[in-house]
Amino acid sequence: MEMCQMRVQVFEYKQSLFREGTLDAQFTQLQQLQDESNPDFVAEVVSLFFEDSEKILNDLTRALEQKCIDFKKIDAHVHQLKGSSSSVGAQKVKNACITFRNCGEEQNIEGCFTCLQLVKQEYLLVKTKLETLLRMEQQILAAGGAIPMIE
Amino acid sequence: MACSSSSSPPTSIKGAAVDNEERPHVLAVDDSLVDRKLIERLLTNSACKVTTAENGQRAMELLGLGDGQHTINNRESINLIITDYWMPGMTGYELLKKIKESSDLKEIPVVIVSSENVPTRIKKCLEEGAQEFMLKPLQQSDVKKLRFHMMKLSKPTKSMPLPKSAHKF
Repeated sequence: MEMCQMRVQVFEYKQSLFREGTLDAQFTQLQQLQDESNPDFVAEVVSLFFEDSEKILNDLTRALEQKCIDFKKIDAHVHQLKGSSSSVGAQKVKNACITFRNCGEEQNIEGCFTCLQLVKQEYLLVKTKLETLLRMEQQILAAGGAIPMIE
Repeated sequence: MACSSSSSPPTSIKGAAVDNEERPHVLAVDDSLVDRKLIERLLTNSACKVTTAENGQRAMELLGLGDGQHTINNRESINLIITDYWMPGMTGYELLKKIKESSDLKEIPVVIVSSENVPTRIKKCLEEGAQEFMLKPLQQSDVKKLRFHMMKLSKPTKSMPLPKSAHKF
């Protein structure tokens, strides 16, 4: 595929992710921090985000399985996930966490279960999309091109 | 699990290698791996030397305030402390208090960062002596502002070199 076409494809894909609210401006900030001296910065941060999120989601699942639910613990986990998703620009995950926190504050157990499912769903979606995007961008870089940025 | 990372030996800040460029040295404290990576990059981009700590306890150890340690005069080594507000164990606020209670360290400016905009929290931190309270996620412009503060706060006889990447952003 020609470089031009590749770049257009990436640009349009990225644009769609922003338009649908999957990613927000913070992701652009991350990309702007990547340069020749730190060519893998975005991939590294995103990878840390995946690791972190999966651990937190497991902890949350376990916490909600307990006979006596510790809402403080749940709040702490959700706060953490909200923070890291916000830092990478994973907007839908962040918003799902905000809703989750509200359920936790109300000690609404059923609501928490629903929220957990929603957060997991949004996380899996953003994970797939980010992996796709980064793979596409990597192909451009490997072919000597520059990643198109969304301003 | 690694507790801190730095361009210099991680055991203590006192033992840091001599840095010919005299970049300001910032201690960044945050329990989030993602945020530590981010702040490190932002600070490095602003020509700062960075040491990170994953919690207040570790930060205290690096500052020489850990249990069993004697307080050491290493005011020269750290120019700024940036800490997340909400951390398990010791909060950023509690860390701020401990720093301000230390005769050796109280002069070091402390910036609190938080993902939540809570006026009472901000007031509390500022009253306790925090230099600034900033919202997460931090932007490059926030860090540039802090860099400027650090230059102003350095000794008048010492002139700080301009950051190499001044026009990068």
